[in-house]
Amino acid sequence: MEYIQPEGEPAKNKILCCECGIAVEPNPANMCVACLRSHVDITEGIPKQATLHFCRGCERYFHPPAEWVQCALESRELLSLCLKKLKGLNRVKLVDASFVWTEPHSKRIKVKLTVHGEVMGGTVLQQVFIVEYTVAHQMCDECHRSEAKDYWRASVQVRQKAENKKTFYYLEQLILKHKAHENTLGIKPVHGGLDFFYTTEGHARKMVDFLGAVLPCKSQHSKKLISHDIHSNTYNYKFTYSIEIVPVSKDSVVCLPKKLTQHLGGISQICVVYRVTNSIHLIDPSTAQIAEINSTTYWRYPFGSICNPKQFVEYIVMDIEPIMDKERKFFPGQGAISNRHVLADVWIVKASELGTHLGHVLRPGDSALGYNVEDSNINDVHFEKLDKTKVSDVILVKKHYGDRAFRKRQRVWKLKRLAEGDTAFDPDANDFHEFLNDLEEDPSLRQNVNIFKDSSKQMPVDSNDKYDETVPHITLEEMLDDLVINDVEMTEEQE
Amino acid sequence: MALRIQFENNNEIGVFAKLTNAYCLVGIGGSENFYSTFEGELGETIPVVHTSLAGCRIIGRMCVGNKNGLLVPNTTFDTELQHIRNAVPDSVKVQRVEERLSALGNVIACNDYVALVHPDLDRETEEIIADTLKVEVFRQTIASNVLVGSYCVLSNQGGLLHPNTSIVDQEELSSLLQVPLVAGTVNRGGELVGAGLVVNDWCAFAGMDTTSTELTVIESVFRLNEAAPSSITTDMRASLIESMS
Repeated sequence: MEYIQPEGEPAKNKILCCECGIAVEPNPANMCVACLRSHVDITEGIPKQATLHFCRGCERYFHPPAEWVQCALESRELLSLCLKKLKGLNRVKLVDASFVWTEPHSKRIKVKLTVHGEVMGGTVLQQVFIVEYTVAHQMCDECHRSEAKDYWRASVQVRQKAENKKTFYYLEQLILKHKAHENTLGIKPVHGGLDFFYTTEGHARKMVDFLGAVLPCKSQHSKKLISHDIHSNTYNYKFTYSIEIVPVSKDSVVCLPKKLTQHLGGISQICVVYRVTNSIHLIDPSTAQIAEINSTTYWRYPFGSICNPKQFVEYIVMDIEPIMDKERKFFPGQGAISNRHVLADVWIVKASELGTHLGHVLRPGDSALGYNVEDSNINDVHFEKLDKTKVSDVILVKKHYGDRAFRKRQRVWKLKRLAEGDTAFDPDANDFHEFLNDLEEDPSLRQNVNIFKDSSKQMPVDSNDKYDETVPHITLEEMLDDLVINDVEMTEEQE
Repeated sequence: MALRIQFENNNEIGVFAKLTNAYCLVGIGGSENFYSTFEGELGETIPVVHTSLAGCRIIGRMCVGNKNGLLVPNTTFDTELQHIRNAVPDSVKVQRVEERLSALGNVIACNDYVALVHPDLDRETEEIIADTLKVEVFRQTIASNVLVGSYCVLSNQGGLLHPNTSIVDQEELSSLLQVPLVAGTVNRGGELVGAGLVVNDWCAFAGMDTTSTELTVIESVFRLNEAAPSSITTDMRASLIESMS
């Protein structure tokens, strides 16, 4: 049943405040505001004083639990920081907050707060009060560390005992592509490798995992006790991860241990490394048999390279004759044979006859790079045990495309590098150009690398322009795709 | 005269007592303090009766009455009814009421001449009220509350209403009751005036929390300080002068 309220302007009835007797409009507490205020304090439980921690070194304020934030005096950020310091503010409704001016050097910050609170069954009371913050000094962790000359917590030492630095150029591109260097404090080139420094062990471990996923390597872990607190049982360590990358690189010739060749389906002991991913890809130049060796297998049967790309000799192909399948010898239990390579007999200058797996690229008149195994001085345990008569005199590894300066001029793309000074690898070094050549020759290697259009160079538009189609090059599509999909910074640079 | 009392540390004394001009009913408590205050104040003039209704001590909310009669809910035991009949003066008719809204004290507010009742009260009950209490019955609400007994206290001298009662309502009720009315509070801002206050024509009892301001309002609207020296110089002055002359 409904009861209709009297229509029209209701006259304001007044009652006497139950405490002081002045006439007030009835409210849930039936008290005047002054009496209500003397009775209840809605700011009760909100501290009127608090402490802010400030680092003098980097001029940042401590934002619990573990952050340090930069904020100017009387800024919004500082206000939010101040409000977060106040417990019990959730019991009332905050209506307004503002700074009260204080002398900047006084180490005091005053904030005026206006709050609404509900008291005595529904009466909403507004109250204004000032909270005073004392700015206390506390050195932040970073400043503390830099003060103690102790910047890093964990380091990753990457080493390769190899002749050339191609693996490191490749690693640099992988790091850039996967943004694995984001958390590093610094990268320092040392003899035979790189050191990466991190603030936490987790970041370092992430880097180790990354390296293990992209390159064949083994890692060792050690820690050094810096300090410890016997009372709280906390220990402060510096962690070091030592990563050793397998010491063979692309285009080297290796001599495998006898036992390993048996595991790999009877591959011959002299093999060419045609690719290094997270495992080593080998090909036998005399049979085109291929094999893959992962890092665990490698470290069980370690081997070194007997010839390195530095020892390349250029040969001219006089004649080439592919070896037919029927002429080849197969035996049961043999490992996989590459379909992408063609065996061939090649006559080259120096009148030596030899076998090569490069039958698909070489034509008479081409020049090819190879190792003169017969004449080179090889110190290798496994090679010494080998019957030298079974080893061919020359091992051709790859086709040779013109002179280096020409290819450099022809190159219309570039790679991003880690920041200057991070790596002391000279971009004009021989190794780097060889790495770029490798990228052009091997599309599968390019898959893991971001390639960018070099705007400083003209795209060859004229086909008469002495442009050799046979020289491997990177198509414009590959570069453009990379630009669009992968990198915002570079597109911005171009604009 | 207005007094502050407590029933076992509870300020809602209107729940445990029923005060009229002819008798006073008091609930049975663990201690005799409550009863003794009434006895001390009223014992010489009207009977103060210890009782329960249907075994409950919240008798103030369960029954309603004035100098003419007393209505009790039909759950009241025969023994209790007999005890009350024995104790109250013979002129007071005590009657059971068969009413769905059995907390009669909450739904009916009355003095010796008029009664305000809950709008949903039975018509039969209304007739019984009119006959037994010898009052005019009005169906009313107080500040949109149907529980008129909880939100107003009446005597033949005046009445105290729920604090939110508008002036228009106050005037309307005042014209019905023919007594001055005021909106006010008891027990430091409490709006359940029926629970915090019992009153008759010469005496009022309020909960212990009631402030002096509230007591002043109560005393003035129920005219409890008429016997003060000020009234000698005002109301009685004319007759005194007449007799002396």
